[in-house]
Amino acid sequence: MFPNDPSAWMVMLIVLPLASATLSYVAAGIARWVSVAAAFLTTIPVLGLALRVWHSGAVSHRIGGWGAPLGIELAADGLSVLMLTLSAIVCGVGSVYGFAYFAPESDAGKKGGERFWPLWLFLWGGLNALFLSADLFNLYVTLEVVGLAAVPLVAVAGAAALTAALRYLLISLMGSLCYLLGVAIVYVHLGTLHLPTLASVADGSPATGSALALMSAGLLMKMAVFPLHFWLPPAHANAPAPVSAVLSAVVVKAGFYLLLRIWFGALTAAPAIEIAQGFGVLGAAAILWGSLNALRAQRFKMLIAYSTVAQLGYLMLVFPLTARGTGAMAAWSGALYFMLAHACAKASVFFSAGAALRAFGGDRLEQLRGTATRLPVATFAFATAAVSLIGLPPSGGFMAKWLMIQAAFASGQWWWALVIVGGGLLAAGYIFRFFSTLFAYVPEPPTITPVPALMEWSALGLAFLSILLGLAAELPIELIRIGAPYAGPLWLGG
Amino acid sequence: MIDTPTGYAALGVLLFAMGLLGLVLGRHPVRKILALNVMGTGIFLFLVAAAARDSSGGTDPVPHAMVLTGIVVAVSATALALALAGRIQQPYAETDAPVQPGEPDHVSE
Amino acid sequence: MDVVSWMPFWILMSSVVPGVVIFFLSDRHRGLRTALNMGGVTLKLILIGFMIAGLVKDQTYLFRLPLLPGMDLVLHADTMSVLIVALSGVLWFVTTLYAIAYLEDSPQPRSRFFGFFSLCVSATIGIALSGNLITFLIFYELLTLSTYPLVVHRGTPNSLRAGKIYIAYTLTGGASLLIGVAWLRSIVGPLEFVQGGILSTWPAEYHNTFRAIFFFLIAGLGVKAAIVPFHGWLPNAMVAPAPVSALLHAVAVVKAGAFGIVRVVYDVFGIEFAARLDLLAPMAAVAAATIIWGSVRALSQDNLKKRLAFSTVSQVSYITLGAGILGPIATIGGVVHLVHQGLMKITLFFCAGNLVETIGVHRVSEMNGVGRRMPWTMAAFTVGALGMIGVPPIAGFVSKWYLATGSAAAGADWVIVVLGVSSLLNAMYFLPILHRAWFREPDGKWAREDAHRGLETHWMLLLPPVLTALLSLLAGLLADAPFSPLEWARRIAQQEYLP
Repeated sequence: MFPNDPSAWMVMLIVLPLASATLSYVAAGIARWVSVAAAFLTTIPVLGLALRVWHSGAVSHRIGGWGAPLGIELAADGLSVLMLTLSAIVCGVGSVYGFAYFAPESDAGKKGGERFWPLWLFLWGGLNALFLSADLFNLYVTLEVVGLAAVPLVAVAGAAALTAALRYLLISLMGSLCYLLGVAIVYVHLGTLHLPTLASVADGSPATGSALALMSAGLLMKMAVFPLHFWLPPAHANAPAPVSAVLSAVVVKAGFYLLLRIWFGALTAAPAIEIAQGFGVLGAAAILWGSLNALRAQRFKMLIAYSTVAQLGYLMLVFPLTARGTGAMAAWSGALYFMLAHACAKASVFFSAGAALRAFGGDRLEQLRGTATRLPVATFAFATAAVSLIGLPPSGGFMAKWLMIQAAFASGQWWWALVIVGGGLLAAGYIFRFFSTLFAYVPEPPTITPVPALMEWSALGLAFLSILLGLAAELPIELIRIGAPYAGPLWLGG
Repeated sequence: MIDTPTGYAALGVLLFAMGLLGLVLGRHPVRKILALNVMGTGIFLFLVAAAARDSSGGTDPVPHAMVLTGIVVAVSATALALALAGRIQQPYAETDAPVQPGEPDHVSE
Repeated sequence: MDVVSWMPFWILMSSVVPGVVIFFLSDRHRGLRTALNMGGVTLKLILIGFMIAGLVKDQTYLFRLPLLPGMDLVLHADTMSVLIVALSGVLWFVTTLYAIAYLEDSPQPRSRFFGFFSLCVSATIGIALSGNLITFLIFYELLTLSTYPLVVHRGTPNSLRAGKIYIAYTLTGGASLLIGVAWLRSIVGPLEFVQGGILSTWPAEYHNTFRAIFFFLIAGLGVKAAIVPFHGWLPNAMVAPAPVSALLHAVAVVKAGAFGIVRVVYDVFGIEFAARLDLLAPMAAVAAATIIWGSVRALSQDNLKKRLAFSTVSQVSYITLGAGILGPIATIGGVVHLVHQGLMKITLFFCAGNLVETIGVHRVSEMNGVGRRMPWTMAAFTVGALGMIGVPPIAGFVSKWYLATGSAAAGADWVIVVLGVSSLLNAMYFLPILHRAWFREPDGKWAREDAHRGLETHWMLLLPPVLTALLSLLAGLLADAPFSPLEWARRIAQQEYLP
């Protein structure tokens, strides 16, 4: 029956956003309402699927009853449910935020309101399909859907965003094509594209190795990992606030998700520890480079975008931290939880930035002096979310970093613990540099454009969620562990 | 002597590499878009060659399906890219100067 | 869910809830805000009273929140936590009173101030009631976060600069603490506080690791405890309004650091284990250096609050010194000084604030004849200053006496020399102030004049220092009474040393 059938949930998760997208394209007048309705409705299948996976473990569904290799199969385990929840939260709250941001009366609404909604919903549908796909080529298709929806969303803002959007598109396509060639090699050599089957037939031959290398290169481009990160700051900084939020929070994570699926699921031809350490070095470089640039940033949104580059570096640390066996479970859970915590915090921060931009007409640091008194809710939201970004307790960011630090010590790779803690201090550096501006006392503050309360409160809601993730981490972590490539307890005493 | 499908496959990979090089080195956006298409075509050639290597003597339909899907994606992507590139070439009122093709984006920092 | 045993949680909530509500009030709702503030603090004191009464009857108080499988947030009440909680509660009561009056005319939003003020209390209570190192760490960092907006409250370039320095020091300290805690956790498992420590049974091959971990922990805690060379943030933070300086220096931040050191030495490592690992002597040496250095720097400060700041740097290290000497008497001295120093220092800072607010006096050189203009304030200041020097029967004398006898018992005679030199230095920078205030004529009219209907200043600015000065005197005079801080410290020492 309906509630117990995971297939229905999975199909609904893809169909609902796509149908709403078509509807909002056709009936532009009610587009905002359709989207918000879709946002609320999508929580049902997400919760349903999460409960089902919680009770019975990983599930799968064959579309139309046709199995691999010709049919398309959908699958969900702990990781998929995590990503689906993450997208639902960010896109859901983002829809509410966008409702106010692209209100027909506002400038943003008049310029891009009609084009925004269908693209937004297509992006969401594409993301859901990506997180549910269980075959390499379908993943390529969904990856392209996501990319082709994200790029015009960036361009909706016009002007400087256009160049950033084009660069984003070119890199994105380059990455996808590298990935596709890797997929082609996998098919030619191993004869299947189905992820679970691949796990059993994969070998350590040079063909598999080169396929893995190509796919990883492509995905690293999409993930903006150092040194292939240069497209991200302009794109995320110049896009409209809700778009920046979903790009930083979810879309770049899609690349990482695929990387995890391939390295830890399909092609676990046991990567040598040297490569794992190499990925870790890239991650550390990303943390350093992103943080240093954030310290020098002159614009609020540019600061946040560089922060994303830095935070994505932490995710790359999952490779060295899982390479030695001990502590692998903690590292895996930590990295996954990090994605969730970062998504909520980063989206919240971008929402606050959007509010500030709307109020002051620009986001250069000098313009934002004394924001604490003019926009207290948005400032408080930013401050709270920043706690999670820096990784201070009690927040989801802290929990995730704590797990990864534990993994570092447990596997004897204490240097990664120093990298993680050091990264947190750098983040504190660029965040507090910005706080100083916000808290400055301005005797006669300039008049500001009124900001819709919905925008500020969406930011605050997500910020509270990122703190809540620090206090209620037990359940989500247990859920994440379903279908994880490692067995055993979380850690010593767990 | 390598057989025909392997030859085409190798050619496909070569085209991919050439396209990649062109993408990285090209300055004009349209050139980059063309390079992307060459890369894509290389992969499609590789796949079609792969299809011919079926053990039972027939052709494998899965790579063909992949190529068809790939072509659709390539067309959409190219259209989007060209539309964006065209928009950028037009001078617009909100910025100080039209952005030259291939120039790094200084405006945003 | 046992309501009574969740008392630590309710005590915490008694400041969290009013704080959150105050954030949403606009600045106009003065009455409601004052009611929430005073109501919360009074409720907290009542609950703390209940808890103490319960502890005497051997009621256990425990609150657990699972954070991760195998890692819980634990709030519990043992003798040590009760001491700090009681201190915090009382001092918070007076500081709230003081702050309400002090910030009367400030242009910055007061709801923001009192909201973060309440969060700051909550973090301190959380630190005091922590039952394991991870809970301690969480509230420790929360304290940093909630005090930052108070330091930068005025929003002036100086405040913002001081805020940046403050954050740089405290977060770096927090990072060191985090490394220490995480490292220890990965080896030992859950880190609940147990009297006598949890590490003494581990074999010798871990000892070097434990030594390194000890370094990280103490260094991290030492930043907040203003141990040299990590003390730089403290004098800079003096740009904050006086209630904030009073808080930071007497109640919250420095106490959190010092309390943390006490907890780590006694309830994680165990004092005897720490002595076996040769960890105590270096720590005592660093503490001694801080004591001397702080007093030396205080001599050259003309700004009153800065002089008091360096005095704090020096005085808080008495607590660390007490923890660094093996022996119950020294322990008593160090632990009881947590309370005594709090009472005396807050008195001094309240007085300094009164001088600024009422007559615009910031510097020692401007203080000629102040005693005539503000007799009650200066009387309280005198009590606090004499206590700092160690003059009996004020509380400071009791702590120094126990530290000195404890060092003699442990054979560490050099400590007695340090204590003597330090008292001498204290006299050298406090006595001149007293001389100026009481025995010199004023130089002319005061920079400000803020008369208040017959009293020398607003009653809410006058009552707190007088009250805390009185408490400092009583803590010394009645040190042998059943519920004095000294008695409490004796109990703690007993529990830490018995096998």
